[in-house]
Amino acid sequence: MIRAASAMLEVKHLRKVYADSSRTVEAIRDVSFTVGQGELVCIVGPSGAGKTTLLKCVAGLLAPSSGEIILEGQTVVEPPPAMAVVFQEYGRSLFPWMTVHDNVALPLKHKKIDAGRREELVRDALAAVDLKGVENAYPWQLSGGMQQRVAIARAVAYEPHVLLMDEPFAAVDAQTRADLEDLIRVLWARLRVTVLFVTHDIDESVYLGQRVLVMSHAPTVIMEDVAIDLPGERTQLETRSMARFGELRKHIYSKIQLAKQGWRPPA
Amino acid sequence: MKTAVPALPRRIAATLALPVALIATWWFTSAHSQNFYFPPLRTIVETFGKLWFSSQAMQNVVPSLVRFSVGYLAAAVLGIAIGIPVGTSRNLRNVLEPVLEFLRAVPPPVLVPVLILFAGLGNEMKALVIVSGCIWPVLLNTVAGVRALDEVLAEVVRSYRIGPFTRFWHFILPGASPQIFTGLRQSLSIGLILMVISEMFAASDGIGFALVQYQRSFAIPEMWSGIILLGIIGIVLSLIFRAFEAWILGWYHGLRQSQRAN
Repeated sequence: MIRAASAMLEVKHLRKVYADSSRTVEAIRDVSFTVGQGELVCIVGPSGAGKTTLLKCVAGLLAPSSGEIILEGQTVVEPPPAMAVVFQEYGRSLFPWMTVHDNVALPLKHKKIDAGRREELVRDALAAVDLKGVENAYPWQLSGGMQQRVAIARAVAYEPHVLLMDEPFAAVDAQTRADLEDLIRVLWARLRVTVLFVTHDIDESVYLGQRVLVMSHAPTVIMEDVAIDLPGERTQLETRSMARFGELRKHIYSKIQLAKQGWRPPA
Repeated sequence: MKTAVPALPRRIAATLALPVALIATWWFTSAHSQNFYFPPLRTIVETFGKLWFSSQAMQNVVPSLVRFSVGYLAAAVLGIAIGIPVGTSRNLRNVLEPVLEFLRAVPPPVLVPVLILFAGLGNEMKALVIVSGCIWPVLLNTVAGVRALDEVLAEVVRSYRIGPFTRFWHFILPGASPQIFTGLRQSLSIGLILMVISEMFAASDGIGFALVQYQRSFAIPEMWSGIILLGIIGIVLSLIFRAFEAWILGWYHGLRQSQRAN
């Protein structure tokens, strides 16, 4: 119970059933986990594991059918002010009629911060994601990786306590992806923000996370909560070639294979 | 990078080739025309100069343009103002759709006699006729534009707790603007047609009124020159519209171009 005191985010017996007039689909059966303050937790699962559904429930964008999401002691019923989401579709999550600067600044207009501080936050956030000199460009003038950096900068400028990321690098090329993974590690360490990172990529989850939650096939439950006991200082070259990295990767991979075959932990 | 853009002179030549050829054909074939109804183009042009560059002509042109502008702008504002809530709310759409479909199906010119009854013969009636025709393309395209707003962007707006005012000005309106402009473009020609028609029914000035006067008094070159004037007004309005659209929708054309390049 000591751990619960420092819990940033608690998911308690979350269940989500999509129902329309013709049929009902149980996407999430029973998911519970806790993310401590400042933790970086990855959620990995096969495609169709209800990962996006879970993230949308946590973000307050989707109402759970039952169960509860608790952020900093408060039940989430709408998108909480202490949370920012980075979506997978970078091409669709930025406003194409606004410049990079305005995209990052827009959410701040409602945080009742004065204009000077706002400009400072925008400038710092763009610098933090290594984007300089593109303030006045439109998102569609940038590469995919740069667009996703803009989306990350927008989230960073918002100064959230929890950063939710929904397969943010699924649509960028491998090299860009490695750079962006390192960027997330750097931002996480520097800003001391709590990160919940959803991915279908096992290597990515092991490389990034302190913990990896392995999801089953839908209707989703958690198959295993894997602690990633790799050193805190991680580099693409060294970390990924460690024996322990391989073991963790193999372990999670076998779990995912089981999940794909429909195996689920006994209830 | 890509294929070279044709040089500007070549493009101008390509654009003007057919109009010049048509005008030349008209000019030479009609040059010795004795037909009372099809006078030589030279006569029409001379009449045009005398008729429409006089201050007296402005007494017909200016009222027409004012009626058109008031009616068109009112239709644009109303169409967008009604279209956005209708596009946003499914319930509102279900209630209004049958009525809107009916109203849209009524040809606006038949409203002229009705509108004369309660709006009189004045400018209000003419502006109302223009509104009654121009509003539909704007309204229906606005509804379609709002309905087609990107879901991911809508979630971004929600997750950052962006308020209704910002949501309207920075998300809904610009997001639907490409479709809204499609409607505005369609309404432009409808507005011009209705302007002329409403003036033909009952008016004491305006280009439509003048055309009918010329026709009734068998002032054939004058009548033809009025038709040419309407064509020119149409072209000028469309050029102004295009410049305005390029300015407002610059981002959209850039976005489309970058999507095509990928």
